[in-house]
Amino acid sequence: MEFFISTLLFGISVGGQYALIAIGYTMVYGILRLINFAHGDVFMVAGLMGIYLTSGLTPYLPPAAVIPASLVLVLVLTVALGFCIERVAYKPLRSAPRMSVMISAIGVSYLLQNTATYVTGGQPMTYPTLPFLGETVTIAGTPIKWVVILTPFLVVALVIVLTQLINHTKIGMAMRAVAKDFETSQLMGIKINSVISATFVIGSALAAVGSMLYFTTYPAIVPTSGAMPGLKAFVAAVFGGIGSIPGAVIGAFLIGICENFVKILPFEGATTFVDAFTFALLIIVLVFKPTGLFGEKATDKV
Amino acid sequence: MLKIDELKVSYGGIEAVKGITFEVPDGKIVTLIGANGAGKSTTLRSIAGLVKPAHGRIHLQGEDITALSPDRIVSKGITLVPEGRHVFPDLTVLENLKIGAYLRKDSLEDDLNWVYELFPRLKERSWQAAGTLSGGEQQMLAVGRALMSRPKIIMMDEPSLGLAPIVVKGIFDIIREINKQGVTVLLIEQNANMALRIADVGYVLETGRITLTGSGRELLTNEAVKKAYLGT
Repeated sequence: MEFFISTLLFGISVGGQYALIAIGYTMVYGILRLINFAHGDVFMVAGLMGIYLTSGLTPYLPPAAVIPASLVLVLVLTVALGFCIERVAYKPLRSAPRMSVMISAIGVSYLLQNTATYVTGGQPMTYPTLPFLGETVTIAGTPIKWVVILTPFLVVALVIVLTQLINHTKIGMAMRAVAKDFETSQLMGIKINSVISATFVIGSALAAVGSMLYFTTYPAIVPTSGAMPGLKAFVAAVFGGIGSIPGAVIGAFLIGICENFVKILPFEGATTFVDAFTFALLIIVLVFKPTGLFGEKATDKV
Repeated sequence: MLKIDELKVSYGGIEAVKGITFEVPDGKIVTLIGANGAGKSTTLRSIAGLVKPAHGRIHLQGEDITALSPDRIVSKGITLVPEGRHVFPDLTVLENLKIGAYLRKDSLEDDLNWVYELFPRLKERSWQAAGTLSGGEQQMLAVGRALMSRPKIIMMDEPSLGLAPIVVKGIFDIIREINKQGVTVLLIEQNANMALRIADVGYVLETGRITLTGSGRELLTNEAVKKAYLGT
């Protein structure tokens, strides 16, 4: 029973972390119909930034201020990174076929990974222990980090803020309009490039928060550390119906929970097959619901 | 006064508009009529800033507004009701109206009331998703949405398209009403009969050139126009 509870808690927590990445995928897809392959790597870069900023700031700040200052900087710099990627790699291709933008995204993904290899020398780096979040508490006889317990609450809070923003603010209304119809949105006086930038800013900010939670749980970072969580988050977004924010969040929680339960299945090698299982689950869902759990009926943009 | 000078627009190597010159005087209803592919929509789209002209200038009250971005054009007081209405189907009627006023920072109350007065139907449905409206109601919404930017000039691309005759009549009554309240109208229509009846000035566009100009009444009685566009 204890085992069951801790597995469930872990699943929910990692699912919440996937959710923060998945929102970035699904929002960008919703507005540009682009699978932003670089998103997982932005998440990884945010993790590395956390490491380098913490060690870089240590000589200059009182010890208690180092981590908070570096987390704020991670947030700001990750947002700047996401913004720049869109401006440099995607915006010039706005009227190009979607496949070209996708190749550009793959290019950015490798650029980020290679840069990370160059900077780290390919060695695994260790994420700093965040105060409180990284500390351990014993629940029902199992030691659990606070991050595992707090992640779902933080994710739910962020999702509520985000849906309020999208449904009840002017920029949110513009996002919904641009996602449907570029040209008519322009006729309303909406600057679509600003709206697209805003989407990348939100996605990157959430990925930065995701990186803080995820790497506190799994502290070793290598240049490919963004690939698997990124892919899982993408699967979650498709699973929930790509373009739908609630879909991505629910999809991410389900995948997180399922993969943690697969790990404890009573046969040999269960842990090895976790990732294969995740994708098998996606295939099964798509066979029965081709547009995902909450997907739109129309799959293509008119 | 909106002045279009020697406007040429190309789409992928094909010249859709081949150097047209015309004027839209303040407070008037001006119509461009012509067959499919004559370049009517392209002309409106380049005034709205959606396509960049290859040649020629567009002036509004003497100010050069050629190739400004669409949001700048809207802020200058020119709005386009696109062909096929293009309301935002997932947004409510009210949200569609609000988004029409996207660039405005002042209170929308008076204008919402104005649009609801022109189209009482929209008020009844203000909380409905725009996608659930009938074609005629969507056209009303598209016009109302354009009015929310408080335009000096409203351009309309085929407002009668696909609507029942009785609905078309309602839309044209509204166009006249909007004009009476001081908004200049630039209208393009395949329904030349209806358009010329309400127009102060009409231009006939054929394969990218203006071939005839006159008051609406003159063109209605012109033999060539009758033959080609009025079917009488």
